[in-house]
Amino acid sequence: MMYILSALGLAALAVLPMVFGDYGTGMLVGLAGYVTLATSWAMFSGPTRYISLATVAFFGVGAYTVAVLNEVLPYPLVLLAAAGIGATMALLVGLSTLRLAGIYFVIFTFGLAELVRQLITWFEVNVTGTLGRYIFLDLEAKHIYWQLLALGAATLALSAWIRRSRLGLALRVIGDDETVAAHSGINLARTKLVLFVASSTIITLVGAIQAPRWVYVEPSIVFNPTVSFLTVIMALLGGATRLWGPLCGAVPLFLLFEWLSARFPDHFSILLGLMFMAVVYALPDGVLAALERFRHRGKEGNGTSAPKPAKEANA
Amino acid sequence: MSQNTRRAVLRALPLAMVSALALSTPLAAQEEPVTIGYAVSKSGPNATGAGITTIPNYELWVKEVNEAGGLEMPDGTRRPIEVVEYDDRSSAEDLVRAIERLATQDKVDLILPPWGTGGNLAIAPLMDRFGYPQLAVTSVTDMAPEFAKRWDRSFWMLGGGHDYATALVETLAAAKEAGTINDKVAMISVADGFGIDLVKAARPAFEEAGFELVYDESYPLGTSDFAAILNEVQGSGADSFVAFSYPPGSFGVTKQTMTTGYNPKVFYIGVGGAFPIYGKITEGKQEGVMSIGGVDAMSPAVEEYFAKHTEVIGNPPDSWASAITYASLEMLEEAVKRVGLDHEALAAEISTGTFDTVIGEVTLEDNQLRKLWWVGQWQGEHFVAVSPADRDGAAAPVIPKPEW
Repeated sequence: MMYILSALGLAALAVLPMVFGDYGTGMLVGLAGYVTLATSWAMFSGPTRYISLATVAFFGVGAYTVAVLNEVLPYPLVLLAAAGIGATMALLVGLSTLRLAGIYFVIFTFGLAELVRQLITWFEVNVTGTLGRYIFLDLEAKHIYWQLLALGAATLALSAWIRRSRLGLALRVIGDDETVAAHSGINLARTKLVLFVASSTIITLVGAIQAPRWVYVEPSIVFNPTVSFLTVIMALLGGATRLWGPLCGAVPLFLLFEWLSARFPDHFSILLGLMFMAVVYALPDGVLAALERFRHRGKEGNGTSAPKPAKEANA
Repeated sequence: MSQNTRRAVLRALPLAMVSALALSTPLAAQEEPVTIGYAVSKSGPNATGAGITTIPNYELWVKEVNEAGGLEMPDGTRRPIEVVEYDDRSSAEDLVRAIERLATQDKVDLILPPWGTGGNLAIAPLMDRFGYPQLAVTSVTDMAPEFAKRWDRSFWMLGGGHDYATALVETLAAAKEAGTINDKVAMISVADGFGIDLVKAARPAFEEAGFELVYDESYPLGTSDFAAILNEVQGSGADSFVAFSYPPGSFGVTKQTMTTGYNPKVFYIGVGGAFPIYGKITEGKQEGVMSIGGVDAMSPAVEEYFAKHTEVIGNPPDSWASAITYASLEMLEEAVKRVGLDHEALAAEISTGTFDTVIGEVTLEDNQLRKLWWVGQWQGEHFVAVSPADRDGAAAPVIPKPEW
C-alpha cells in the first residue's frame, strides 16, 4: 500500500512540468534540488549532529566534473564519474576529519569548500591554462527536474531505510553520546564514514545534474557558499532528525526566498541572517517538532504543562 | 482649534482638487506601460560589479526615458517604462530562474542583461529560446564570435581578453621603439578567468614584440599582501609593470607600490583602474596609471553623460563599461523607436542599424561591438583612452609615468 501511494505521488510530481510553464518548471528544479540537498545533508548531520558546511564543496565538484567531462563522455557516464569523484573525496575527507568534534568539524567543512575551489583554480591556471568552462548539453529544465526528482526520491528512500536499519540505530546512539556508543561496540569511525560518503555522493550528484542549466561554469560560480548555508537552514527549520523534516523546511523556505527576491530585492542578506537567528532561537528542533509539541499541549489542555521536549539543543 | 482645522481643510481642499486633477489627466492620456525586466546581483560576490556598472545605468536610463514621457514607439506615441527587477543573489541557478520568470510569468516586453560574463552566458540559451534580444554588455570573452553565431539575437559588446592584452602590448611596443622604456616587462596576474584570459594572450604578444618577461607570476584571487611580489618585481630591472588584476587586488597593488616607493615607467593594472574611486585610492596621485578601457574625455556627449550620472546616481560612472552599458540602452531605445517591440525586428535592427550614442556612432559587426577603447590612462581629471592610438579621440600616452 505504502509503495503504491509513493509511486502514485512520484508520478504526480513527474507530470507537473506539463502543467506548469517554464517558470514553474524552473521553480520545481530549484525545489527538487534543495529538498534533495537538505535531505541528504540531514542523512549524515541529523543523527550525528555534525553540522557540515561542506555542501557546496561537493555540489561544486559535481558541477565541475560535468563541465570538464561533458564533451568527452556520454552523459550517463559523466554522472557516474561525478558520483565516483564525490564519493572518493568524501572518503578522503571523512577519514581525515570525522574524528574532529563539534565546532572544529564545522570550521573544517567551511574551509573545505574554499580549499577545493583553490585547488581547482590552481590546477586550471597552472596545468590547463583556462578557467571557466562551457557546458553545451541539450537538457531542458524538465529533464533536469526529472533527474533531480528521481534522485530526491532515492534519497528519501535511502534515508527511510537507514533509519530502520542497524546503521541508523548506531548513528542515533553516536549522536546521543559517543562514549556510550563506543562502549556498546559500535565502530564509530566506520559508521560515520559510511553515512558521510553516502550523503556527500548525493550532494555531488545534485551539483552535477543542475550544472547544465548554467552553460558557463567557473569556481566562483559553483562554489557559492550560500548553497551551504541555505541547505543547513532548510534542514534545521524542518528538523534534521526527522525523515520528512528537511523537505518540510526546504519547500517553504525556497518559496519564501523566491518571493523575497521579487519583493525585497535589496534585502536578501539581512533577511537570510534574521531567518537563521529565528530558526536557531525559536525552533531549535525544527518545525515538525514544534508542531507536535503544540498539538500535545492542545490535547492535554491548558492546565497541565506540556511534557518537556527532548533536550536536543544541548548536544 | 476646530475652526482652525476647518479652515485648514478648506484651504487644502482646492489644492487637493488641483493635484488630483493633475494626477488624473496624464493617467487618462497615458499609454500602456512597456515592461522591462532584469535580474541583477544585489547581494553576493557579484554585487560590487553590478552596483558600479550595471544597476546605476539601468536606473539612470529608465529615469530619463520616463521623464521624457516614456519609450517612443514607431507611431510617435510614448509609453512609460515599468521595471520588474529581481535579485539573483550572484547565483547562476537563481538567475536562470529569474529569467524564466520574467519571460513566462511576468511576460515582460524586454529583458536587460545581468552583470558579468558568467551571468550572460547562463541566460543566453533561455533568451534565445524565448526570443528576446540580449545586449550582453559586461561580458569579456574571446568566444564572442562563436556565441553570436550560436544565439543569433545575442550581442557582445565588450570584446575579449585577447583584445585588451594585445592592445597593451602595442602601446608598450611603440614606447619601446621610441626609446622611452627598456625591453623588460614584469607581469603579474590574478588566478581568475579574467586574469588568465589576458595573461594567455599577453605572453606571446610580448614575446613577438621583442619584450622579455623578466617576471611572470599569478596570485590567487583575494590576495591582499603584494609586498613579496613587488620586492621581486622591483629588483627585476623592468621598466614596465603590468598587473592583470581584479578589484580589490588592483587597489592593493597600487597602494603597496606607492608605499614601497617603486616607480616603474609604466604602471598598468586591470579591472578597477577605471573606477571613479581610483583617485581616492591613490590620494590624487593617479596621474599616468594605465588600465583597461578609457573614454574620449574631449567628447561633449561623454562629458554630459558623466555630469548626468553624477547628478542622478551620486557619483561619476566608471570609465570602462559604464558608458558602453548606457550606450547599449540608447541603442535599444532607438531601435524600439524605429521598429517597435517585436523581438525579431528589434534584434535585426540592433544587428544592422547605426546608432548615435554616448560613445559615438555605433554599428555592430557580426553582433559584436568592436569599436572599443582597449587601453586608457589617467591624465588629469580623466581616465582617457590611449589605444587604439589611430582612432579619433585617442590621447597620446604619457610614458614614462610621473613618479608617485
